[in-house]
Amino acid sequence: MTALDGAWIDIGNLADIPREGARVVKTPAGCIGVFRTADDRVFALEDRCPHKAGPLSQGIVHDAHVTCPLHNWVISLETGLAQGADDGQVRTFPLRVDGDRILIDGAALATRSRAA
Amino acid sequence: MHELRKERLVVIGNGMAPGRTLERLFEAAPGVYDVTIFNAEPRVNYDRILLSPVLSGEKTYDDIIIHGAEWYASHGVVLHAGERVVAIDRDAKTVTSDTGLTTSYDKLIIATGSNPIVIPVSGHDLPGVLTYRDLDDVQAMLAAAERGGRAVVIGGGLLGLEAAAGLKQQGMDVTVLHLMPTLMERQLDSAAGYLLQHELERRGIQVLTKANTHAVLSTNAALGPPGVRGVQLDDGSEIPADIVVMAVGIRPSIAVAKEAGLDVNRGIVVDPSMRTSDPSIFAVGECVEAGGQCFGLVAPLYEQAAVLAAHLAGDTMPTFVPSATATKLKVTGVDLYSAGDFADGPDREEIVLRDAARSVYKRLVIEDDALVGVVMYGDTQDGAWFFDLIKKRTDISELRETLIFGQSYAGGTPLDPTAAVAALPDDAEICGCNGVCKSQIVAKINDLGLTTLDDVRAHTKASSSCGTCTGLVEQLMALTLGDAYNPAAVQPMCGCTDLGHDDVRRLIKAKQLQTIPAVMQELEWSTSGGCAKCRPALNYYLVCDWPDVYADDYQSRFINERVHANIQKDGTYSIVPRMWGGMTSSKELRAIADVVDKFDIPTVKVTGGQRIDMLGIKKEDLPAVWADLGQAGFVSGHAYAKGLRTVKTCVGTDWCRFGTQDSTGLGVRIEKFMWGSWTPAKVKMAVSGCPRNCAEATCKDVGVVCVDSGYEIHFAGAAGLEVKKTDLLTTVAGEDEALEIIVALVQMYREQGRYLERIWKWAARVGMETIHAQIVEDLERRRDYFDRFVFSQKFAQHDPWAERVQGKDAHEFAPMANIARLEAAE
Repeated sequence: MTALDGAWIDIGNLADIPREGARVVKTPAGCIGVFRTADDRVFALEDRCPHKAGPLSQGIVHDAHVTCPLHNWVISLETGLAQGADDGQVRTFPLRVDGDRILIDGAALATRSRAA
Repeated sequence: MHELRKERLVVIGNGMAPGRTLERLFEAAPGVYDVTIFNAEPRVNYDRILLSPVLSGEKTYDDIIIHGAEWYASHGVVLHAGERVVAIDRDAKTVTSDTGLTTSYDKLIIATGSNPIVIPVSGHDLPGVLTYRDLDDVQAMLAAAERGGRAVVIGGGLLGLEAAAGLKQQGMDVTVLHLMPTLMERQLDSAAGYLLQHELERRGIQVLTKANTHAVLSTNAALGPPGVRGVQLDDGSEIPADIVVMAVGIRPSIAVAKEAGLDVNRGIVVDPSMRTSDPSIFAVGECVEAGGQCFGLVAPLYEQAAVLAAHLAGDTMPTFVPSATATKLKVTGVDLYSAGDFADGPDREEIVLRDAARSVYKRLVIEDDALVGVVMYGDTQDGAWFFDLIKKRTDISELRETLIFGQSYAGGTPLDPTAAVAALPDDAEICGCNGVCKSQIVAKINDLGLTTLDDVRAHTKASSSCGTCTGLVEQLMALTLGDAYNPAAVQPMCGCTDLGHDDVRRLIKAKQLQTIPAVMQELEWSTSGGCAKCRPALNYYLVCDWPDVYADDYQSRFINERVHANIQKDGTYSIVPRMWGGMTSSKELRAIADVVDKFDIPTVKVTGGQRIDMLGIKKEDLPAVWADLGQAGFVSGHAYAKGLRTVKTCVGTDWCRFGTQDSTGLGVRIEKFMWGSWTPAKVKMAVSGCPRNCAEATCKDVGVVCVDSGYEIHFAGAAGLEVKKTDLLTTVAGEDEALEIIVALVQMYREQGRYLERIWKWAARVGMETIHAQIVEDLERRRDYFDRFVFSQKFAQHDPWAERVQGKDAHEFAPMANIARLEAAE
């Protein structure tokens, strides 16, 4: 059983991520963007915009959305869905906040890496 | 038969009332009179109601001018500004000014306005005791506010409170002294007066009621010229003050009329056709007494003007009958409305609504089933409707149950706002200042095909004075034009607000907003976090307006400006180091070659800006790349910035046989002086050594073409999406002056440009004359712009690459975690 299968994996603490910003977590099957909103909620999305795979982690975060830096698609941090006239979706990953530690769902990552 | 001589009309006073009289007269009887105006104030006619926004900084003097110099010229009016009339000779029919200038008249209008009352307590004549009546007063108050400190305003009426709010906005500590138990007792009842006091205190203004001023205390004469130290009340208590503003009321200015033997009482007595006791002398405005009353609010003054203009044009029918007046308080943020007689009375009933949460208070006074008085605080939307009921003495017995809730509830009419305006009778007054009723506005909209608010203001005057009826006028336009009316004539900044860029910039300064959350809160953004359009714009406006105070919010910047590199389609980055004026060296080129090899950078390209771009660098490598480039003396080329990009040059007198000046030297000097500066949109420059213009200066934001006699300074060119030749701003002899002009020009653009608006679009909007006047002609203003740019550079001109080599924003360049290794470790 690899570490990815069952447990929640610790990826750092809240202070590592700038408010209204994001950091990248490298995983076996590519990068995941971990976002922090103005009111300290955290979300994890595949770091590839559904439009042209732009790195969402580099975009401007506003409310619970991020605007992709390449062509300004607006993606919901909660659902991964493209907003407005654009349609598409990126995969989201459950996160858990334990004190100020942030943990990502190993199981979700595992299915993703095998599938990728 | 001698040619019929035009009648000579002389006007003493150049305020709003005589101004409106002449406007109506020229409409009704153009060319009948030769008009001469004597104005004690050294300036043209301006809107005195809008002095408050000038004091608080939301407007400038230019914004409130009613008749500019060209208005006088176009009507052949002679304006003696700064000449006070001291004598009227009624037999010789002449007037004489304090400089001895004498003019004869066939008809004379006295419009001397009123003087602010100064309570004759000891110390009332000290410097630092000001009044609040005209522009000189406002300028004196602004100068005092500049020095900061404490202000005491004597008088809690309309003017006193507006002075207090303005001085507070300008950063002074303010105390209001009011004789009566509650503020504005003539316009408000005690409940509304209390709420107003509470609101002013909430904004940090101290209010002392039942305060009777005993003396203005002077500074110690031994220490220097006497000035204000404080104010002493009857009870002996003292309030420290650096300035005192007396706003206790006005008194009609009747001296010159009295000396001429005209009938005077409190004001200059006139009959219903505005004629004084001398048949060829009229009077209009605040100096007038009609029907035993004097008038201070604009509405009755404009009614007087209309009557007088009609008589002068030969129509003797109209008469001036004083009517009930409404008051609207324009202290920014506080909505107040009152009309009619709201005093208590034995046979009077009242309906009162109090909503503490929304701090709303409404009171209606009813007598014999008719509305006689109304006081409204916090929600004044139905003011016009109530006032109409008062004037018409409408029987309100069936409306009684829902009367307090306003027109939209009367008789269960639907809630749609335009329906409220539609239900208003045709002669209902929409704009109180200018006495414009509903049918007049609708007629003008239809006859002239008006579609924007500015057109309606220009043609009907409605909402062009104090502006509080703007909402009503807009509803009327929506009603009349249907969907042809596009209220968003001003392009909103983004989906989070209705405000345009210009309003947002003006209000950031006027309300001194110094953080993005403050802007969003105060200007009522519809989203909590803004969006990718407004956040970068607001960040730039705040960096530009408060360079020393504002902490750059990097999370509100686009990724390129945040990490100081250009993001590419695959998520890698490109970087362009500065090459001053396009000059380089073997040492620099070796350093670039070594970095390209060391980091295996896939693409190296020469750019259109005369420098070298390296593309395809992984984000994690950026700090290390910058470290090596820094060793060779490179700094960031800001190739990603809404800021100064490059200053292209040709070799000029260094090498070229045609060179007229050292174009390379000037280009390098400009780039070294201005690099690092953030601007509304990218700024590209060039310096060509001669008119052959090899550096293509004439399609740049700012370009210099060197000529034998010096430097042609061009600007507002374009060479990207659109191609446009530059306009020649001016030609100067010296390099220093050329640099000063260029820096001042860019600073003016920094302060006025809309985010992402290139210089040529800004220049087209503002106009070459204004730019030429402020940058070329007005040396002092040019100097101010130059100094403000230099000041901002103290905070902007740091190499972002070197900062990141030393660890700034390290989080940008490293992943938060790497759990790919975790799996391998098992």
